[in-house]
Amino acid sequence: MSFLPKSRKARTRLLLFSVIAPVVVVAIGLALWGMRGSISLFYTPSQAAAAKPRPGQSIQLGGLVTTGSVVKHPDGLVEFNVQDRISADHVVFQGTLPDLFREGQGIVAEGTYRGDGVFVASRVLAKHDEKYMPKEVADALKKQGDWRGDGQAPASPGYGVGKGGPT
Amino acid sequence: MIVEAGAFALILALGLSIVQVALSVAGRLRRSAALAGAGEGAALAAFIAVATAFAALMHAFVVSDFSVANVAANSHTEKPLLYRVAGTWGSHEGSMLLWCLALTGFGAAAAGLGRTLPRGIRSMTVATQGVLGSVFLAYTVFASNPLLRVIAPPVEGRSLNPLLQDPALAVHPPFLYAGYVGMSVVFSLAVAALIEGRIDAAWSRWVRPWALAAWSLLTVGITLGAFWAYYELGWGGWWFWDPVENASFMPWLIATALLHSAVVTEKRGALAGWTVFLALAAFTFSMLGAFLVRSGVLTSVHAFAVDPTRGVLLLIILGVTSGLAFTLFAWRAPSLAQGGLFAPISRESALVLNNILLAAATMTVLLGTLYPLIREAMTGESISVGPPFFSLTFVPFMAALLVLVPAGPLLAWKRGDARGVVQRLWVAVLIAAGVALLTVALVSPRKALGAVGVGLGGWLVAGAVTEIVERTRAFRVPAAETWRRMTGLPRGAWGMTLAHLGLGVFVMGAVFETAWKVEAAEALQQGGALNIGAYHVTLDGVRPVAGPNYDADQATMTVTRDGRPICQVKPERRLYTAGGQTTSEVGICYRGASHIYLVLGERRDGGAATAWLVRAYWNPWASLIFLGPVIMALGGLVSLSDRRLRMGVGRRREQPA
Repeated sequence: MSFLPKSRKARTRLLLFSVIAPVVVVAIGLALWGMRGSISLFYTPSQAAAAKPRPGQSIQLGGLVTTGSVVKHPDGLVEFNVQDRISADHVVFQGTLPDLFREGQGIVAEGTYRGDGVFVASRVLAKHDEKYMPKEVADALKKQGDWRGDGQAPASPGYGVGKGGPT
Repeated sequence: MIVEAGAFALILALGLSIVQVALSVAGRLRRSAALAGAGEGAALAAFIAVATAFAALMHAFVVSDFSVANVAANSHTEKPLLYRVAGTWGSHEGSMLLWCLALTGFGAAAAGLGRTLPRGIRSMTVATQGVLGSVFLAYTVFASNPLLRVIAPPVEGRSLNPLLQDPALAVHPPFLYAGYVGMSVVFSLAVAALIEGRIDAAWSRWVRPWALAAWSLLTVGITLGAFWAYYELGWGGWWFWDPVENASFMPWLIATALLHSAVVTEKRGALAGWTVFLALAAFTFSMLGAFLVRSGVLTSVHAFAVDPTRGVLLLIILGVTSGLAFTLFAWRAPSLAQGGLFAPISRESALVLNNILLAAATMTVLLGTLYPLIREAMTGESISVGPPFFSLTFVPFMAALLVLVPAGPLLAWKRGDARGVVQRLWVAVLIAAGVALLTVALVSPRKALGAVGVGLGGWLVAGAVTEIVERTRAFRVPAAETWRRMTGLPRGAWGMTLAHLGLGVFVMGAVFETAWKVEAAEALQQGGALNIGAYHVTLDGVRPVAGPNYDADQATMTVTRDGRPICQVKPERRLYTAGGQTTSEVGICYRGASHIYLVLGERRDGGAATAWLVRAYWNPWASLIFLGPVIMALGGLVSLSDRRLRMGVGRRREQPA
């Protein structure tokens, strides 16, 4: 095999390269492919109205649960509205709500829009912390000027921050 | 008074860490054993000071001293003692103190145990450890001091998040942090080696026990966290590819790669530069994890509350320490000695391939974790990267790696014999194929990919056993000879076999559970029932019970199979009065390694009668998921007790300093 480099070191380097290069290529390929299928965009109701995700496209819908809108059916179906400052969307969800799901709280619902504009959630997320506001919801609301702070205000500076789970 | 003493001790620790750096560097420059020894003394003193501060904070938690802001925010008088103690590290500030405790503790240990290291490397290791200690202590003292008082102490504290009031989570952070921060010693050793320009077998022999200890602790810590998520969150899952989980998983992957590459550097003197690189990367990923969890840049189910200032500070710490270390690496690494050559088919090559695949897997996890940040910075869109991404990118690399694992230990150093390895592994190949075929034949619904995965787990287990059989020549020589060989095997070999065996057990459990888990959810009235797999679950009734700091609805559920009762479990839905939060206590019915996992959900009034939402999961082989990593960590411990690694301790006794 005369086309191989003569020095042993160079040959090792070539071999190493010929192993690493495919691994890197496969990694990049898989990552790009994976990114297409498994990322979901985050919208608040008004952003969703503007962006018009097509029915069936998996997205995350975030906002505040409208006070008084939660209807829990005996069969486990839950209906509620998620709102931002401008608009609200009707959400239906079959399953168990997180323990911290409340009216007036920020939540993120994962799911898809139905043809009639109702959002069918497959998962509803709220965080462990009672002060929780999902970051996307907080950011989106801040942009709209509808930010009411972190729920319960801390009693003094440096007090009560950092509450949450250790890793 | 005790709190003030603690606060003073914390500041003292910062001072001592700075002194530790100065003395160690001076000791190195003047080649003075006395100065270097004083630096080591300072390392020990810094640890004692941090331990004092930590004890003071723990005392404040135990006696519920609400004049301390951190205690008031995270504790409550009604909380059981265990969780008051665990509250010490339940918050950002307290956990940072735990981080510092581990950091100075490892620093003191490295200083105390390092007598066999060459002087220069020892001094520089202690100095680097001192730099890390100073930086993190400064951060704790000035930006996140857990011992600050409040002017008007509240009568009652705000309590620890009830989800964290759990035995597994009480001990999860100490293990995890010890693992994270254990990587700092490896980092310091690498920096010291770069400064001294010397990497040799003695150095890698020194790196290995620290990497092993940190790796074992991290394994236990991550497993405890996964176990907690499994039975406390009530979602029926144990790994969610959540950014915080990834943050702890990436250092683990790098540490795993480091353990393997350090073997090559120790035995053959090759890959020295790469081993140093991994040693730097391991602690960098630990710090990245600390940053991701604490800065609030990523949304996660269990990130700490958002505080941008602290995030920026941690990012600066991360950037400066790692940046300097990697700059040093870029500058000095080319001068490191190039090690021995090896053939394409050899143990070295197998370990290189292991490292390439582990590095690629880590990169995909890193990309998936950071991509939302990058995307948001570039386009302003918020996105989330879901588990399918990781299944698609991480799993193939791991699968490729797992296929190779049993072959590695059977290959000879320098030049291996591929045909010989295949000959020795054919029994394992048959076993793996048999396991996969049995899975296809016996388990319904039939899932080809799941069967392949279970077969892969069987391949690992069979491969690990083959390795021991080969080494002891079992079945070929008399049993007494096999026994003699078995007892003569170095502990390191046993450790490796155990770790690979544990990996196989984990893979079998993880694949089986993921592929064949069954989920059911129904609203049940009293006496109602649902079917889950082959089991029938009846809700016998729900009654209120009172806990120490919560009120709960406790359900009694009976699980039957073909009419025969199997077990009775009592899942609860708890309302914590202090924070007004509800949590679910799941009920798990153990059937061999499989679990019937029952969750009591919300109460639904209306309809004909009161009903409860009940969720049930059939999680087959779920116990193996947690047993596997425990075996792996055990393997790490066994390997750590190897005579070759303990030799340093023995020599230390002969020449007391």
